[in-house]
Amino acid sequence: MKDIVSVDHLRVEFATDSGPVVGVEDVSFTIAPGETLCVVGESGSGKSVTSLSLMRLVEFGGGTITAGTLNFIRADGSTLNVAAATPEVMGQVRGNEIGMIFQEPMTALNPVFTIERQLTDGLMLHKGLDQAAATARALELLRSVRIPEPERRLKQYPHELSGGMRQRVVIAMAMACEPKLLIADEPTTALDVTIQAEILALINRLKRDTGMAVLFITHDMAVVAQMADRVVVMYRGRIVETGTVQQIFEAPREDYTKALLAAVPKLGEMKGKSAPERMRLIGDEAARAAQAAPKARKREVLLDVRNLTTRFPVKGGILRRTVAQVHAVEDVSFTLNVGETLALVGESGCGKSSCGRSILRLIEPTSGEVWIGGRDIGNLNRHHLRKARADMQMVFQDPFASLNPYRRLKDQVAEPIQNFNLASGAELEARVLQLFDRVRLPREFLNRYPHELSGGQRQRVAIARALAVNPKLIVADEAVSALDVSVQAQVLNLMMELQEDLGLSYLLISHDMAVVERVAHQVGVMYLGRIVEIGPRAAVFDNPSHPYTKSLLSAVPIADPSKRRFADDLSFKPITSPIFPLGHQPAPSVYDQIAPGHFVLRA
Amino acid sequence: MKRFKTTKGLIGIVLLLAILLVAILGPMLIPADASTAMDMHARRSPPTWVHPFGTDQLGRDMMFRVILGARTSLEIAVSAVVMSVVLGLPLGLISGYFGGFIDNVLMRLVDTLLAFPALLLALTISAVLGPNIQNTIIAIGVAFTPYLARIIRGEALRVAQMPYVEAARSSGTTDIMIMIRHVLPNILPAVIVQGTISLAFAILAEAGLSFLGLGTQPPAASWGLMIQASRDQLDIAPWTALVPGLAVALTVLGLNMFGDVLRDILDPRAK
Repeated sequence: MKDIVSVDHLRVEFATDSGPVVGVEDVSFTIAPGETLCVVGESGSGKSVTSLSLMRLVEFGGGTITAGTLNFIRADGSTLNVAAATPEVMGQVRGNEIGMIFQEPMTALNPVFTIERQLTDGLMLHKGLDQAAATARALELLRSVRIPEPERRLKQYPHELSGGMRQRVVIAMAMACEPKLLIADEPTTALDVTIQAEILALINRLKRDTGMAVLFITHDMAVVAQMADRVVVMYRGRIVETGTVQQIFEAPREDYTKALLAAVPKLGEMKGKSAPERMRLIGDEAARAAQAAPKARKREVLLDVRNLTTRFPVKGGILRRTVAQVHAVEDVSFTLNVGETLALVGESGCGKSSCGRSILRLIEPTSGEVWIGGRDIGNLNRHHLRKARADMQMVFQDPFASLNPYRRLKDQVAEPIQNFNLASGAELEARVLQLFDRVRLPREFLNRYPHELSGGQRQRVAIARALAVNPKLIVADEAVSALDVSVQAQVLNLMMELQEDLGLSYLLISHDMAVVERVAHQVGVMYLGRIVEIGPRAAVFDNPSHPYTKSLLSAVPIADPSKRRFADDLSFKPITSPIFPLGHQPAPSVYDQIAPGHFVLRA
Repeated sequence: MKRFKTTKGLIGIVLLLAILLVAILGPMLIPADASTAMDMHARRSPPTWVHPFGTDQLGRDMMFRVILGARTSLEIAVSAVVMSVVLGLPLGLISGYFGGFIDNVLMRLVDTLLAFPALLLALTISAVLGPNIQNTIIAIGVAFTPYLARIIRGEALRVAQMPYVEAARSSGTTDIMIMIRHVLPNILPAVIVQGTISLAFAILAEAGLSFLGLGTQPPAASWGLMIQASRDQLDIAPWTALVPGLAVALTVLGLNMFGDVLRDILDPRAK
């Protein structure tokens, strides 16, 4: 069949103050009807620029298509070179013959219009339908994307819908005019894993039903493995490799593709292994070989959390009185051993971050005890708490926001040491140097500012800062989630190496099951503020026993095209609200031990 | 001088230096009574060779008045703004950083001050303390403080929620050190911008006070006083307003450009 899209030697430049910068160069690919082409690459690879060029939206971001052709077969069979099309023609094509889904369902919908209005606008414009016909079609569309209670949704505003439902509405909008090509730019990146699974399954079904072509942009190799027919791998504005999904995953030709694949943790690959294992990085085999067999450590409890509960007030009314409470953390108990990693996993809003922050008392817990090395953190006064912070440090998610842009890196790493008067003068400088070496940052970075570093380098600085005072516990709150996959693997390896060398304990807070499987000794699954299942990593992953753990694991995409899981419509139970009226006393958490150390919450 | 490579910064600095030079050297080179000497034969004279900037309704030379007035105006404006920053910065910083009860108390206080028009407030303070330059500075400085405190509080509130502040707290940094090391540098750009804008308003506020007999006392010259005095004769002698008006405009322009450069110098990202 004739290709619906053929891009030939596309080149896009961006005008900047210091002359034109090339966004993408020499990009060529084709998409056949009914085919899903995945464009995958790390940040800055030009994958979004490519998709925006196809819609000619790149010009709104300051880019210009300076070379190449972008041929698109229109509905009437004529060929349109998008690169040379007039704005009027593009107006007819956009949203009509090419639909687009954006990353952030929160911002892709206009908050002041009802769902009905968002859907019917395009229909009335492109298809010339009248109001009644457009509304009928809108209803039909909402049914096709399997939104519950579609009649009611029409009259609602975007903020009344959950993230997953919003993304379904965005897809319904993109599908409204039955496009021949659907461009999906990171459509699930901002979503939780179960909702991601639902959306991916939905896109697959719509593609099957309508025979449209899909251009799918993502950074996630696991999603590529699940979705793609063919794959384009991009790096720094150029195409590295093109091939079918089997070819790319089973026999990659280019080194970059191989490195990228090696850096992706695959759910299930740790089966039968007792201890965490570092990632295999290309060019890093020596370091990996040096990984000693896990030392037989005496299992000694470092962190003991008992019945930790944290609630936030919901204020309302004219007097801003507390009208309800968010039960962010509800009766959570666990222990973490010296030199081990406990991972708290769960979806957004499950209370995993609040739990980590409550332990460090960055937010004040409502009740419960937190013992670190035999000291009750919850009972310390301000002065002693500050002193105790030397034992427990934190690494944050966003390496761009967790470093002060106005301070030199050496000063930021030195700060914790100065806070506790551990060293000064030459000794302090030597300690900072040693920390930079430890996290493998070049010494010339000492006098630099954060903006001069990449995301991965900044996260190394954040780790160096956390290590500065020789803590026993590090709470890593989504510490690798914002990083590109190859950088993520390096940072994870560094963290594991530091754990082996220094006997650190990590409380790893993450939504990424594949990462957790790789690095954790113990896993706690959180849902609605409670731990629903906790135990050794192997036990939880091999024998998930709580229904929520099961559904979570079944929703994780696997970076292996031979293990496809999102063929049919999926529907996971939406997470209910953790907001309860004042005075609500939830039942305590009661657990059944189903295997040694493996506990499951009794329903 | 590489940092000032932008023409904008260069213009700003040249402009400011020129004005400062005039304000400092003027009183040294020109006899003090030059601004009050009246030329009764040339009242409301348009610019001529004898009076390059014209004269006012009493035949006083506008050029001398604007040169000798520069010092008074700038002295009052700069001192008043410095004072409002000194008062407003800790107020806003503490309020925004700690939030909660402290914030409520401090901000209701500031709101009370805000409820009065700044000029009315300055007027009251000036009337109570008595009319002289020092009291004018205090009056304007206090009147401008709530605006600055509000803006600084907003910025501090934003910065206090940044992860690097939480990171500093979790690594045992004390509140005072967090405010000095982490919050202050990050709100400085806003302070600089607001400060330079306030300067222009301070020059005009001084004019308002002078007009009501509470600021600079006639016959001494200040830019604000000159603009006020020109009010009744805009149609017949527009230069009486244009000359001091231009002086204020050039000063503000210079300050704004300089403020931008200063902000860029302080921002490591702009290098």
